[in-house]
Amino acid sequence: MKLIFEKGNKGNQCSILPECDVPQVEISTPKREKPLHLPQLSENELSRHYTELAKEVHGVNNGFYPLGSCTMKYNPKVNEEAAAQKGFTRIHPLQPEHTVQGCMEVLKTSEKLLCEITGMDAMTFQPAAGAHGEFTGLLLIKAYHDSRNDKKRTKIIVPDSAHGTNPASAAMAGFTVVSVPSREDGCVDLDKLREVAGEDTAGLMLTNPNTVGLFDKNILEITSIIHEAGGLAYYDGANLNAVMGVVRPGDMGFDVVHINLHKTFSTPHGCGGPGSGPVGCKSFLQEFLPGRQVAGTEELSFKVPEKSIGSVRTFYGNFLVVVKALTYVLMLGKEGIPAASKNAVLNANYMMEKLKDIYPMAYDETCMHEFVMTLEKLEHEIGVSAMDIAKALLDYGIHPPTMYFPLIVHEALMVEPTETESRETLDEVIAVFREIYEKAKANPEALHEAPVTTYIRRPDEVQAARKPVLRYEF
Amino acid sequence: MKYPTELKYRKSHEWVKFLDESTALIGISDFAQNSLGGIVFVNLPEEGDEVTAGKEFADVESVKAVSDIFSPVSGVVAEVNEELLDAPEQINENPYDSWFIKVENITETEDLMDAETYEKFTESEEE
Amino acid sequence: MGSYLGNTEEVQKEMLSEIGYDSFDALFSHIPQEVKVKELNLPSGLSEMEALDKMEELADKNKIFKHIFRGAGAYNHYVPAIVGSVVNREEFLTAYTPYQAEISQGILQSIFEYQTMICELTGMAVSNASVYDGATAAAEAVAMCRERKRNVAFVSETVNPQVLTVIKTYCYGNGIQVEVIPEKDGVTDQEALKAALKEDSACFYMQQPNYYGNIEDADVLGEITHEAGAKYIMGCNPIALAVLKTPAECGADVAVGEGQPLGMELSFGGPYLGFMASTEKMMRKLPGRIVGETVDKEGKRAYVLTLQAREQHIRREKASSNICSNEALCALTASVYMAAMGEAGMKQAANLCLSKAHYLQGELKKAGLKPKYDQPYFHEFVTTSDVKADVILEALEQKGILGGLPLNEYEILWCATEKNTKEEMDQVASIVKEVCQG
Repeated sequence: MKLIFEKGNKGNQCSILPECDVPQVEISTPKREKPLHLPQLSENELSRHYTELAKEVHGVNNGFYPLGSCTMKYNPKVNEEAAAQKGFTRIHPLQPEHTVQGCMEVLKTSEKLLCEITGMDAMTFQPAAGAHGEFTGLLLIKAYHDSRNDKKRTKIIVPDSAHGTNPASAAMAGFTVVSVPSREDGCVDLDKLREVAGEDTAGLMLTNPNTVGLFDKNILEITSIIHEAGGLAYYDGANLNAVMGVVRPGDMGFDVVHINLHKTFSTPHGCGGPGSGPVGCKSFLQEFLPGRQVAGTEELSFKVPEKSIGSVRTFYGNFLVVVKALTYVLMLGKEGIPAASKNAVLNANYMMEKLKDIYPMAYDETCMHEFVMTLEKLEHEIGVSAMDIAKALLDYGIHPPTMYFPLIVHEALMVEPTETESRETLDEVIAVFREIYEKAKANPEALHEAPVTTYIRRPDEVQAARKPVLRYEF
Repeated sequence: MKYPTELKYRKSHEWVKFLDESTALIGISDFAQNSLGGIVFVNLPEEGDEVTAGKEFADVESVKAVSDIFSPVSGVVAEVNEELLDAPEQINENPYDSWFIKVENITETEDLMDAETYEKFTESEEE
Repeated sequence: MGSYLGNTEEVQKEMLSEIGYDSFDALFSHIPQEVKVKELNLPSGLSEMEALDKMEELADKNKIFKHIFRGAGAYNHYVPAIVGSVVNREEFLTAYTPYQAEISQGILQSIFEYQTMICELTGMAVSNASVYDGATAAAEAVAMCRERKRNVAFVSETVNPQVLTVIKTYCYGNGIQVEVIPEKDGVTDQEALKAALKEDSACFYMQQPNYYGNIEDADVLGEITHEAGAKYIMGCNPIALAVLKTPAECGADVAVGEGQPLGMELSFGGPYLGFMASTEKMMRKLPGRIVGETVDKEGKRAYVLTLQAREQHIRREKASSNICSNEALCALTASVYMAAMGEAGMKQAANLCLSKAHYLQGELKKAGLKPKYDQPYFHEFVTTSDVKADVILEALEQKGILGGLPLNEYEILWCATEKNTKEEMDQVASIVKEVCQG
């Protein structure tokens, strides 16, 4: 495909803006001397360019997308319609409060409903993504200890199976990271946790179900070990899709949570954003929340929390994403929310059962919304790696599972089918997985070549990183 | 796999070449570059920085991993091999010419392996 | 209730029994009873029709202003029709981060094109694939500039106060000390900056045009900053960049900004777009995704996520930032916007903003408001008067006009863009005149 800069005719452009209807003013300060190279295309050419690009993108709408820990569920169309209303898109964030009562009600209602789902008391919508939420939540923990003049609490405990954002967020918030090893079954080792928890513990970051897709049954004991040590418990909502309406982070002893509206609450991922990572907390942390909270019942107003940590983003976060998530929660309601999680867990267990005879599972027990296979044996015996299997799936129009995560499982493929897939689709995909396995056994060499039907073959990532070419040169 | 006999080796696969009693070059072994795969970048310390025996002083990046590089000696960085910043592939191609840093005023050296011992050690690692 | 489940209850039962469970209770039996919730206290689910109706009710409670003269970080620009048609395509909307390059060339190439356009706009060597918004871009830039012996960041008092708050909040986390350089006559006080910078200064962050709309002497500020060995960060309005001296020409080490003016609706504050570009020297300190060009195994041009060893999934607690999801679709929005506008269109938008703001200031002056500063400005400016700001703004609101942002009892920060017509501005002036003389 040609780059947009390699197309078009010099001087061509779309006609967008009117002539100036007031006296023209020249800029009095130094002007840019560097030419501004931008595409020079007619609207037709422009439109075709992006249509061509769109053909080489695999979205949830294009096919199965079992990317573990990312919850690639279907994105309902009504969400988009709700968020596209001019009554939302044309609203300036600094309008007088009495002219934005609808926006404020969106925030207030979303807070109420999402707090109920997570078992929290208050929520901020400023964080724009999950990692941003983690950072925000950790600042709440920091502010809490600071407010008590408890300066020695400098450490955040993170299991070794955690997603990379957890330790990165802890470091950004100024904490030292203490990694606690997992047991063989992927769950937190209580003895090890007791060893590291102490008077320097600021908090613990955890997902439950954990990153290997298992529900940690000792969760109440885990959070109480942290609380007894004087720390707070942070719930990473990455895996909330497994347990909505079944268990609530607040009831498991967590004090702060972030959730991902773009995963669990069906707002689209947009090729990597915009997301939204609201942070909920128990009432004793409410005074530290960033930005402004909606208060009042009839006439709504904004209030800055008393000891607010400040702001982690301008205004109220990715507001339109919140509108979409609210639409989703209103539609599902108290019946649909748990029903979604239940079907997500069913789909995962169904796939796991139907594959485990040939693809060894890292943990052979009931999984939650995702499961992890380990291809170490396959790699050892016939030299076919997790990467090879993943790449072979591409030739079938299937997005591969998450590869090589969690780090504690070798040659891992992490599969999350989500609740919006049907048995019919799962059966087809199971058949593909089995076919690929047979191919791998018969001709491992062929798998190293996969994919062969895609627009490009495997790219040379070493060259890309050694000699970075990060822009087009005119 | 090459194991030059004039060098000393650390368990974490760094080599040391002593130029005199208190000056040495440090790099990573053939075994190390081979198991890391295509090296795409190195983060090096600055001249004048102190390095401590047993502590990390640099890291190397491959496409999907970062590995810390440890110093077998304590001393002061006299020179850094800036060529590696532009051409990290040299580490893959000629690991024993691609020294990372030159250390002087060496005050402490760890117990290190000779080439023969190191070769046996790497064989046991591979299993 | 609404549902998007792939399986009917009947199919679910069959699946459960096929894998050895007689019910959902059995499937969830390993979860301890004491943490299970009985029923959520949520309303019953709605049909799609009812849900949309409810959301329409909420939207209708907001007041849409047809005429907007307020900016202060969110700008009312025209969005070309092609923008929405491209970014609402299901492929772009429903894909995730392009981890699998072989089936993601479309989005990877679009990010590469976006990076190129941001480099063109700022003059800088390298751009990342986006961060959350302009304020977080500024905060990330400050973190990029920290060095072992340089831990103090200076920020001009003339930047958007929200951006300053975000920088301070990030620095509460990472421990960088933040100091504010005072304003003088509506721009950064150069002498104060000179006096403040020391050996331990990491960087100086300024905004161009600044919060009051004034154009800063960016070259001089850059020189002062570099003399002290600190890094220079410019926060830029992307429309103004079409005509103003680029950050690269002003010596910036990092250029960041709020990308919302590039085709994103006001949307009550988001989704917006943080753009970030740097010199080649600072490339490896940039946070977030970066796309690079390479070849596939057959030598065909290909694009991939690259320089990933900087990022959290590899470097964990040593990563330069924790960001993973960014604002990819907003970056695509900005690309389509810039492609549709082209060089001429971007310059036209900038000149329209400039000319209209100057016309508006002239008319408001005649109507009785006094410009607060005597500085060159772009599309925003501050006025003061003897009449209270609230009174003026209320009079405008009655006629469906959103006036400037009140900064205090008597001062207003106005903004004009290409969307404001002469007729509209004359109307504003006549209402203001009536209030001031009444």
